[in-house]
Amino acid sequence: MKLTIQVNEGPYQHQSSDSAYFFAKAALEKGHEIFRIFFYHDGVNNGTRLTTPPQDDRNIVKRWSELAEQYGLDLVICVAAAQRRGIVDDGEAQRNGKDATNIAPGFRISGLGQLVEGAIQSDRLVVFGD
Amino acid sequence: MSILHLVNKSPYERNSLSSCVGFVRDGDAVLLIEDGVYAAVKGGAAAAKFEGLADVSVLGGDLAARGLSEDKLVDGVKVVDYAGFVDLVEATDKVQSWL
Amino acid sequence: MSEVKKFLYVNRKAPYGTIYAWESLEVVLIGAAFEQDVSLAFLDDGVYQLTKDQDTKGIGMKNFSPTYSALGDYEVTKIYVEKESLEERGLTLDDLQHLTWEDEDEDWAEKDSIRLVSRAEMAEIMAGQDVLFNF
Repeated sequence: MKLTIQVNEGPYQHQSSDSAYFFAKAALEKGHEIFRIFFYHDGVNNGTRLTTPPQDDRNIVKRWSELAEQYGLDLVICVAAAQRRGIVDDGEAQRNGKDATNIAPGFRISGLGQLVEGAIQSDRLVVFGD
Repeated sequence: MSILHLVNKSPYERNSLSSCVGFVRDGDAVLLIEDGVYAAVKGGAAAAKFEGLADVSVLGGDLAARGLSEDKLVDGVKVVDYAGFVDLVEATDKVQSWL
Repeated sequence: MSEVKKFLYVNRKAPYGTIYAWESLEVVLIGAAFEQDVSLAFLDDGVYQLTKDQDTKGIGMKNFSPTYSALGDYEVTKIYVEKESLEERGLTLDDLQHLTWEDEDEDWAEKDSIRLVSRAEMAEIMAGQDVLFNF
């Protein structure tokens, strides 16, 4: 099964990102393919490398980066939603005159077309949100 | 074509479960995750909504996290793990997330 | 080129209190370029997104409701609104914007995009789709 997963909420505030992560992990462990994980709305906040969660709690951002590296996942952050919420990579910093970037490893910023393409190319779209 | 209906909110907070139930057809499955698992507790006002629904599951991890034991569930509700969640997605044709 | 899929964008939330209504519309607009078989569904509080006379000056937000009337130009011609959701909220079709599209196969005749459907009909429409988007 080829899956596209959509994450609508940011880390910690809602359980969505956690649920999406464990679903993704289970799918991969069963040998399914994840075409793309698309972060939309506040979900883009899963892609900042500047979080410092408490030591005794899960590190949501790092967990996504590690899963992406382990399985070669395509973690895409919606550019429009990212601009609104301040998730910035080098390209965005240059284009919009920002003096810093904060994107976490394994994530890339791209357009909404990536979500639509994911829906077209995959067998299933699974949405996690509020 | 069958649908896996996902409900992630408590029926006492949000009307997602009520809305969902009006859309469940033969061959569909319902999976309660996150706060949605509260709906499956026996004796709760929301439990009545399950009457007539054939295929209802709850995510075990979310149940245990909230201190709910499986014997507290409405009869016939199944408990699955994330692997079971994946299987449900595969067994149906598409997913409707009742956010 | 892969087959054309039936996309249903499901809208169940009111506008302005949260961003979902607007950001969902943005997906529809961008998605139009992919030439799939697109329908929109408005049910539960989603029906509020289509009301007329939205004036956001007092809350300092962008009024995005005019965007719905542009949907016809993006080849979105099937906008399903659930009857029960309107009734529960004391609304009628008259309270909603009159959304239309131009049928080039009929000399650009203007046609209604909004189709009022019952919950049972909406369930059937949903069952017949390939992909369900939720926000």
